[in-house]
Amino acid sequence: MKLTGAQILMECLLEQEVDTVFGYPGGTILNVYDALYRYGDKIHHVLTAHEQGAAHAADGYARSTGKVGVCFATSGPGATNLTTGIATAYMDSSPVVFISCNVARNLIGKDSFQEVDITGITMPITKCNYIVDSVEKLADTVRTAFAIAKSGRPGPVFIDILKNATGEKTEYEPLPREQHYNHGRLAAMMRRSSQDFKAPEVDIESIKTLAEMIKKAEKPLLICGGGVVRGRADKEFLEFAEKIDAPVAITLMGGGGICGRNPLATGMIGMHGTQASNMACDACDLLIAVGCRFSDRVALSPKTFAKQAKIVQIDIDRSEINKNVRTDHHIVGDAKRVLAMLNEIVEPAEHPDWKKYVFSFKTETVYDDSEDTLTPKQILSSIAKLLPQNTVVATDVGQHQMWATQHFRFDYPGQLLTSGGFGTMGFGLGAAIGAKVGNPDKTVIHITGDGSFRMNCNELATVQDYGVPIITFVFNNKTLGMVRQWQTLIYDKRYSETTLTERGPDFVALAKAYGLGGAHVTNVEELETAIKEAIACGHGYIIDCAIDIDEKVRPMVGGGSHITDFLLS
Amino acid sequence: MTTEMKRQTLAILVDNESGVLSQISRLFSRKGYNIESLAVGATEHPETSRITIEVMADEDQIKLLANQLRKLFPVHSVKVLTPETSIRRELVLYKVRTPDSAVRNEIIGIANIFRANIIDVAIGSITLSVIGAESKTDAIEKLLREYEILELVRTGVIALERGQETIKDETVEKGEFDYGKNVL
Repeated sequence: MKLTGAQILMECLLEQEVDTVFGYPGGTILNVYDALYRYGDKIHHVLTAHEQGAAHAADGYARSTGKVGVCFATSGPGATNLTTGIATAYMDSSPVVFISCNVARNLIGKDSFQEVDITGITMPITKCNYIVDSVEKLADTVRTAFAIAKSGRPGPVFIDILKNATGEKTEYEPLPREQHYNHGRLAAMMRRSSQDFKAPEVDIESIKTLAEMIKKAEKPLLICGGGVVRGRADKEFLEFAEKIDAPVAITLMGGGGICGRNPLATGMIGMHGTQASNMACDACDLLIAVGCRFSDRVALSPKTFAKQAKIVQIDIDRSEINKNVRTDHHIVGDAKRVLAMLNEIVEPAEHPDWKKYVFSFKTETVYDDSEDTLTPKQILSSIAKLLPQNTVVATDVGQHQMWATQHFRFDYPGQLLTSGGFGTMGFGLGAAIGAKVGNPDKTVIHITGDGSFRMNCNELATVQDYGVPIITFVFNNKTLGMVRQWQTLIYDKRYSETTLTERGPDFVALAKAYGLGGAHVTNVEELETAIKEAIACGHGYIIDCAIDIDEKVRPMVGGGSHITDFLLS
Repeated sequence: MTTEMKRQTLAILVDNESGVLSQISRLFSRKGYNIESLAVGATEHPETSRITIEVMADEDQIKLLANQLRKLFPVHSVKVLTPETSIRRELVLYKVRTPDSAVRNEIIGIANIFRANIIDVAIGSITLSVIGAESKTDAIEKLLREYEILELVRTGVIALERGQETIKDETVEKGEFDYGKNVL
């Protein structure tokens, strides 16, 4: 059957069982949106206010559902508006296929209207990217892109389709998904040694070595990293931790990899890690990091990081081994598979004295309560009290992000959506929209600060139009709080360009302008009334929580410092 | 573990497609390395190209770089080639000013000793081509600097492994990081 490129794209999305796409139309992508018009009963398109919002929404959809997210944009500014979203997905290994259309082949290279070299721009922030200049290559490229996005260490893939390729017709042969690896470019890639489409074969000898190391260890510590979440290896991880009776420190990206309320969990590790996690890291004799790349926010000082311990790294990405921290042993493989193999042979152990030592330190920060003003802790306690335990939490970046991840005990992978690697302010609202679209049965909340919210609050239009009942909590301290915290501690209180006390908008009036509900709250009683009203109203709702300008995230270890050198305790 | 920085050679087999070279070279700048030498060309299979790159790196860094390269999808295989197990060649062209026949004769003498080819002679200049490893090209260059080198161009080093081994025998499994200590 002869189909146009745009129709073939739709058929290829259906091959991948894609039913939701986020995006924004424009000149060069008109053919694709025209096809979408006719495939509207099978593919649900979510139109955002800005391409960046669409990119974050597709990312949030992917993170929360475990499926591949899909995002459309037009050429030129449409495509460049995606870049922050692509980089965010890349740094946090989130599988998203971005599809933009470029000007037609006869206009390429002529500085045509809305032309940009987007594959050149996105090269360092995608796993792989492709230009499709003729319709014959389209189906094969889309199949390859999906395979790459979700295989091995997941990540974003970009496809730039020239407009002529969306209008030309060619023979389309449907191919079931399980056949894709036997055809075209994918089949050729499968024959090579370099790329691992399937998770790398796990070497049983290295598993046995680790089992022996565990047997000899008296003070083992586990790190639950983002790989456990991406690989959905939570059950295997829990079984492993319980079997060897080791405390578990959790990275920001590892939130939900093990239930945060588990008695073995010591809380977050690193710059804003708990006393228990950081002290354990400095005293253990065996450190097993699963799906953790020892970023500079975890291994603040790589040279002194757990230097007393044998360090073992389990990661699906070979190039992460020894990149940041020098390890003593490593296993390259999918966390789920490696942990399952380990669980079969590892001998159960008990470490009561070691656990007693670790848990003699605090596993959460004790924040002060206040009668007169609202504190971050009070806000988070009220949220936890009034909303279901399985609520999906999307955050922006800054103090509120750290408070939320410290306070909430995430239960399952995909419950926490946060920009960890790239630290993208403005990520949260788009991600929350994507999560709610992908998980209509779950409550989704968006935790943000006044600085972050101001960046991409235009997506409130999307929240309103699609009737997505997202509750946004603005931790409004009228400052860029995390930057202010550094200015207070390190820059002698020179608050350069961070004080926003005079700056609008009135977030409740803004909510009203978008046709949503909202309330300003200054104490727990008002807050809880507002939360109840937000739940009852069934549409988007903004709760503007006034907190003190000098609230700080504690503990804090300075960048590059040894992990137990707390600036704030 | 050795942290001595030295010139390291990477042989990379890639798809012969547009954009691949820029993807490879960007990886080096993105990771903070400067490419000392670069040579690219099609192989016995026209759909693949072979890139030979030299960078300053220590033993650990070169392994990490090789692993980063293997992650790129147009890359088929990567091998770190050591001077001991590989043959390395570079072609250099030197154009030297010859103000008189005495100088010309001296340069012809040098060319003969180094088995350099004289590929162009004109009034006032002579052009030599030299093929060899750096030790050879460096030595002749040092001598020619006594005269006036008008222009110099290098192809960049290319390298092949000695014996039957080829880049296609590359195995990414095990032994990449030589821990050298007993972890147990």
